[in-house]
Amino acid sequence: MTRVMPRRLAVLAGIGLALLLVPLVGLLVRVPWTGLGGDIAGSGDAVRVSAVVSVLATAVAVGLGIPLAWLLARGSFRGQSLLRATVLLPIVLPAVVSGVALLASLGRTGPIGGLLDDLFGITLPFTTAGAVIAASFVALPFVTLVAEAGFRGVSRDLEEVAATLGAGPWRRFRRIALPQAVPALAAGVVLGWARALGEFGATVTFAGNLSGRTQTLPLAIFFELERDPEAAFSLSLILVAVSLLVLTAARRTWSR
Amino acid sequence: MKRLLLALLVILSGCGGESSLIVGTASSMTEAADDLATAFGEASIELSVAGSQVLVAQVREGAPLDVILTADETTAADLSRLGVLVSEPIVFAWNRLAIAVAPGNPQAITGLSDLADPDLIIVLAAPEVPAGRYTAQMLETAGVTVSAASLEPSVRSVLAKIQLGEADAGIVYRTDVNRGGVSGVEIADDVNPVTEYFAAALKTSSDPAMATAFVAFLTTSAAQDILAGLGFSQ
Repeated sequence: MTRVMPRRLAVLAGIGLALLLVPLVGLLVRVPWTGLGGDIAGSGDAVRVSAVVSVLATAVAVGLGIPLAWLLARGSFRGQSLLRATVLLPIVLPAVVSGVALLASLGRTGPIGGLLDDLFGITLPFTTAGAVIAASFVALPFVTLVAEAGFRGVSRDLEEVAATLGAGPWRRFRRIALPQAVPALAAGVVLGWARALGEFGATVTFAGNLSGRTQTLPLAIFFELERDPEAAFSLSLILVAVSLLVLTAARRTWSR
Repeated sequence: MKRLLLALLVILSGCGGESSLIVGTASSMTEAADDLATAFGEASIELSVAGSQVLVAQVREGAPLDVILTADETTAADLSRLGVLVSEPIVFAWNRLAIAVAPGNPQAITGLSDLADPDLIIVLAAPEVPAGRYTAQMLETAGVTVSAASLEPSVRSVLAKIQLGEADAGIVYRTDVNRGGVSGVEIADDVNPVTEYFAAALKTSSDPAMATAFVAFLTTSAAQDILAGLGFSQ
């Protein structure tokens, strides 16, 4: 049998795997298994807020990310690479910077937020809607990035054939491109949802922390760590388990 | 490569000579601790600033702190229970709470009872942090129910939300409202708790004698004058 893996690569890969796994094992060791049910039951509000916020944020990110992805995949215009960089920015920005930027623009004293407040009496900070916007902001790039890759893999021949048969651009997008990109879009949805679920920094900065309104699971974990560390371990375990489950299930779907 | 590692080691081990201490500092004490460190003069002091409850968690997990300054008795007692202190924490500074509002007090807030107005956006420190504990205790004594828009992770982030204009009012330390971007509204002394700051040297310090000396320095008149000058008083 020939070895496919050079030994030095195998060693480094092993170290890399350890770096990823050791913290998870540490978490498993510290989780108070007997109190797990109680800790989870005591955090019903955070679970509910997280579910609502992550699902709505994913919907926003998909609704806006797919058109953006189409623009980036099919468009050919000046400033396209700058646009792409802008779209991807939230992936590399520290979440707290995203939160500060959201406050600066959509806060009560920001240009857009001030207008919303004056015209409609809407203020976003400290509301569930604010938490949804914070999560959408960080999830949107993931959906866009993956969907763009999906659209790039769509055969243009079919679209051209459809065009010669009289299909307009909307029909070509909806009936030809979109169905072919479904596996990639599914991946984008899952990644975006996972990112929205895990959002912390932008949420606490922009939407604040109030149980039942803006306190998502990651925020609850942060505050539990200071009050009841064991409960923080329990809640962390839920997030790890849910994320792992969804990523594995989704991987199976789109690699089929 | 070896030479590079050696150079790194020299840098990491400090410049040698003068003793150096790392002082874990409660965030509301940041500026005062800076001044105190300069006045001490016997060792070079680095501050590691965090919420008191975060400092306790750091010590629990073995952070290499020499001295710790926390903002309430709960966190001091937590430290005591960990069995890592050279001796019991001592009280070295006092503070009170105050209402922080936008500069000029546009909502004309005059006291705690005004904070019950549901149309105001009020932010408070979370009950997990010392300022939040004191706040909850005070509101209960005063019989005022506040529906907070957010329970912030630190007293400094309460202050930030008011400086940014996102909240109409919040409860912070009296020493916090002497800063830019906010105005302070006083709270009557009969409901306003006197808050205490605790200091202790850690057994795990690289220089326990120097750490103990710094803690002792905090109660000298030189240190007390600095604290009083910054508004830390009963």
